[in-house]
Amino acid sequence: MSTILDRSGFNPDKKLKIVGTSPIKHDGIDKVTGRAKFGADLFLPGMLVGKILRSPHPHAVIKSIDTSAAEALPGVKAVVTRTDFPELPKGSVAGDMSRNAMAREKALYDGHPVAAVAATSESIAKQALKLIKVDYEALPHVIDPVAAMKPDAPILHDHIRTKGVKDAADKPTNVVERLELKMGDVDAGFAQADVIVEHEYDTKPMHQGYIEPQGCVATCTEDGQVELWCCTQGPWVFRDRLTEILKIESSKIRVTQSELGGGFGGKTGFYPEPIAILLARKSKRPVKIALTRGEVFRATGPVSGTKSRIKMGVTRDGKFTAADAELVFQTGAFAGSMFFNAPQAMFTRYDLKNVKTVSYEVVSNRPKVNSFRAPCVPQVVFGVEGVVNELAQKIGMDPLDLRIKNAAAEGYKTIYGETFGPIGFLETLIAAKNCDHYKSPVPQGQGRGVAAGFWFNRGGETTGTLNVATDGSITLILGTSDVAGSRISISMMAAEELGIPVDKVRAVMADTHSLGFNRVTAGSRTTFATGMIIVDSARKAIKELCKRAAGIWGVAPEAVTFEDGHCKPAGANVGEFEPLSIAQIAAKTQATHGAIAGHSEMNVTGAGPGFGLHIVDVEVDRETGRVDIKRYTVVEDAGKAIHPLQVEGQFQGGAVQGIGWALNEEYFYGADGRLQNASFLDYRMPVASDVPMIGTEIVEVPNPKHPFGLRGVGEVPVVPTMAAIANAIGNAIGIRPRSLPMSPPRLLKLMDDADAK
Amino acid sequence: MSRKYHVATTVNGDEYEYLCEPQQTLLDVLRDELMLTGTKEGCGTGDCGACTVMVDGTMICSCLMLAVEAGGKKVETIEGMAKGEELHPLQRSFLELNGSQCGICTPGILIAAKALIDRNPDPTETEVRYWLAGNLCRCTGYDKIIRSVLAAAKEMRGA
Repeated sequence: MSTILDRSGFNPDKKLKIVGTSPIKHDGIDKVTGRAKFGADLFLPGMLVGKILRSPHPHAVIKSIDTSAAEALPGVKAVVTRTDFPELPKGSVAGDMSRNAMAREKALYDGHPVAAVAATSESIAKQALKLIKVDYEALPHVIDPVAAMKPDAPILHDHIRTKGVKDAADKPTNVVERLELKMGDVDAGFAQADVIVEHEYDTKPMHQGYIEPQGCVATCTEDGQVELWCCTQGPWVFRDRLTEILKIESSKIRVTQSELGGGFGGKTGFYPEPIAILLARKSKRPVKIALTRGEVFRATGPVSGTKSRIKMGVTRDGKFTAADAELVFQTGAFAGSMFFNAPQAMFTRYDLKNVKTVSYEVVSNRPKVNSFRAPCVPQVVFGVEGVVNELAQKIGMDPLDLRIKNAAAEGYKTIYGETFGPIGFLETLIAAKNCDHYKSPVPQGQGRGVAAGFWFNRGGETTGTLNVATDGSITLILGTSDVAGSRISISMMAAEELGIPVDKVRAVMADTHSLGFNRVTAGSRTTFATGMIIVDSARKAIKELCKRAAGIWGVAPEAVTFEDGHCKPAGANVGEFEPLSIAQIAAKTQATHGAIAGHSEMNVTGAGPGFGLHIVDVEVDRETGRVDIKRYTVVEDAGKAIHPLQVEGQFQGGAVQGIGWALNEEYFYGADGRLQNASFLDYRMPVASDVPMIGTEIVEVPNPKHPFGLRGVGEVPVVPTMAAIANAIGNAIGIRPRSLPMSPPRLLKLMDDADAK
Repeated sequence: MSRKYHVATTVNGDEYEYLCEPQQTLLDVLRDELMLTGTKEGCGTGDCGACTVMVDGTMICSCLMLAVEAGGKKVETIEGMAKGEELHPLQRSFLELNGSQCGICTPGILIAAKALIDRNPDPTETEVRYWLAGNLCRCTGYDKIIRSVLAAAKEMRGA
């Protein structure tokens, strides 16, 4: 089985009719009319309301749980606690997932689920939660990851020994792993440097901030067959993990994906879903759980906060000589932050030969972190791109010129072992330098910042089917969740390959019984990988169409070729035949060999790395510390923009998420370890009046391994944002902030402290 | 179980009667009793605007109004925005300019944008941004939402 199309068929000179246009997405009509069904929008007969009881303690032993009074309340149909979950070993991946879904020995963060009820109404369910008696023994807690690394810190898990440390003492620690990644000789590299800059940075956890709280409906038959409707970035991953933690065979769990009301990585793992299944199994009735926003903040997400020390050296004429970093990642109560992405990606885009990184992943009493666009990378790029800018200042070079001089190109061997094929970093930087924004003078009183970012882009296991209807129209069965319009982009690629209008194609999102395994929609993989699967499926269908045409004409299959949506004789010597359209051939399938379809499954490789450069102008109010984003431009290599309007949307949305992370978003924990700002009022995400229009420049340096040259654009747009804004603020006020968020009180303090010096 | 109240109201021109508990919100009833699930719950505290509806011509967060208060009032939701097969110009411009990405905030934003254009047919970009400041969107960065609203307003003015 190949992992990529043997012949991608990428042809830069091919005239594309559909790819590169921006048709209205087929699922759009349901979204503007309120018809689209999201996680909480399903209602089933006899459905109960599920509610979750959560720990008020950040760290406590759960000595006992008495549910008898709740069970006796009329209208309560089921109560579940830790004893309803199969016992799985501590520290195993499944054991951690199970304990995050429902606390077992200990509650490990404010908001950790400890019990749940299903009742005939929401008010009864809420009343029942109050009747559950949990006997806690509160323990000392630790929120900050650096504090959690100290020898006398409260220990969350007695089984953790630091992975990656030789001869580690056999005693529990909160440091899950130490990861060293290096290449070349950093000491020799720094010895060649004329200027070295080294600083410490810190970033705060932020929430993915999807507007749709997790919502699901579960049913379970008497013989144990489960149906789960939920908003998810990965129905198959949910199913397989549910199999692991609930010990139910995968063939007996059918996960159906709803429309997804935002995820950004935060819906790659489950929260209420296993609880809903257990409540449904106990009550034998459908159970809906829709989380409240408060629950979303207290117990889902967030993104890792970091502490980092970053050092880079440069020669007087502007060549980077070495880079060195030490990184600490907060992972919440359980391991699994994907912190390993950071050392692989943080410097990757520059032609560096000497790099050393040491990274630590640390548990503390906060919710387990979840993915967010380019997991764990924007946090550390915040520091790297600050150092790069300071190096440019110190050697008197334009910050874009310094990046251009050091841009990695095809043939560069990365720290994680990949040798770059054709990449578009240099083209992106040059496009940035030539764009109107960068060429325009910086307005009086403002500061301009630039920063660059990289993401690998991903492939992975993917499955899909293309069916030819008897009227020649096409239906697609896709498994990878559509988080931002992948259905239309994939439909466009099918139409392009088949030579038919895109309106003749419709895609449905499959449940887990209807297709083979599909990895989560994450890492900028879906339009790339599923696009490749569907192009492969289209080619298989075309092959079959040619065979049928050959049969109709009484010629050999090799004598038929497919062009512009028609089967045609491959040459003059085949004979005189009128071309047959897909519809004409499909109309005859009953008389030939039956239905025509194409199906494909691959563990897709060949993703093309993505690079971006952000330019931002800011104004800082010196009295209040407020930052006003005056102008913002995202320049990024898309490889090929299948649907340019949607690509722009990815750029713009990513930048504004980064603006929130840069300027406002953070969690406030009290001394009691409880989250104090679990609402959209107190956790302030950007609103429309906070931001300007976001300019976009789509660069297209094709990835030749994809039939249309596509790379993937989901992650890169967030990566450089906070660094670009910090660099702009630095140029506006003369002090480059090294801590997030750059909120008014923090900036005011930064300016006051500088004035006092 | 708490006592239920009988309420008669009008939603999108249709008369409805429902029973509700005293603490239930208009949002709860629209979704859970009347099955009008186009109105979304993003926060339940009036901070995100996903549940925006019109009540007697006033734009409100339906999560902040008790269901009993809707008695005798005229409620308008996203389900009533298109007239038959004719989409509202806002709905069309959101489709054409990609003003909706995941779509969860879209119903609330469309209701709010219509309320704006009904009172101010020629809003500036800044006016649109401040009017929609109570409607959170996490996907789009607002750019294409603002453009969609401005384009629809322009079309409706016949400009």
